Amino acid sequence: MKFIAAIDVMPIKEILDPQGKAVMLGLGNLGIQQIDTVRIGKHISIQLDAADEAEARTKIETACSKLLANLIMEEYTFTLQAL
Amino acid sequence: MKFGVVVFPGSNCDDDTVFALRYNLKQEVVKLWHKDHDLQGCDFVILPGGFSYGDYLRSGAIARFSPIMNEVVAHANRGGYVMGICNGFQIVCEAGLTPGVLLRNNGQKFISKNIYLKSQTPHSMLTAGLDPDRALKIPIAHAEGRYFADADTLKALNDNDQILFRYCDADGQMTDAANPNGSLENIAGVCNAHRNVFGMMPHPERAADAALGNTDGKLILEQLLAVLPASF
Repeated sequence: MKFIAAIDVMPIKEILDPQGKAVMLGLGNLGIQQIDTVRIGKHISIQLDAADEAEARTKIETACSKLLANLIMEEYTFTLQAL
Repeated sequence: MKFGVVVFPGSNCDDDTVFALRYNLKQEVVKLWHKDHDLQGCDFVILPGGFSYGDYLRSGAIARFSPIMNEVVAHANRGGYVMGICNGFQIVCEAGLTPGVLLRNNGQKFISKNIYLKSQTPHSMLTAGLDPDRALKIPIAHAEGRYFADADTLKALNDNDQILFRYCDADGQMTDAANPNGSLENIAGVCNAHRNVFGMMPHPERAADAALGNTDGKLILEQLLAVLPASF
């Protein structure tokens, strides 16, 4: 079966995200007010083959925890969809 | 002592490191290609600076899975010496050989300039012979050098005396203004709990030759020779 995983990797809340902070300033300059926070992360899309959803989930979990996110500085979430 | 300098695609301080070890320190040194599976009998492995794999995903994250890293990690786990400089520090952190991680500089910019640092512990091979009161002038060149670790890890680093270097000013004062990138507690370098893996963001190999007008980096690299016999 083919699956597609939609993965979001975000900096953890404890650490300063200077990119998000800079973009927040830019949004203020654009005239958009009352913004509380801006955090910037990555969106990763992976298409893969797996016998079933459980196997696909295990593969994506491994990919996220070992390579796509560094859990000292980032957290990840993903959704999986059968194609 | 035989040194090995690992070359990843995108490494760019490999030749500087080889030069400093071979010509300034008169040591035997070989380059180790990242696809190799053999450390060629090296006693000391150095992961040099650069932009391995274009810094894609996160600095050091992809290099950590290069074939030779299996051997480097095994070498470190056997008690063998490993040192990561700049991108090499990012790689040893990604590989879990040293605690913590290097985040994007708090000012968002790539910083290339001389900074000052001071040795923080007599209990590591790299810093034991350095004058703890002397501010050493060493260049930095990085965009991701903001050292970060969670509170428990930071406490353990302090409790176990694993912090090798802190950023300071020319007078040796460890102030916020002397911290170039926002690193926690001005940390510029750390070692692992077993004290055989070292990581630092500044580049001692770029300040190891009199022709460059600064040999403070040579003082740091010479420490590696102090406790082990020279190979020739």
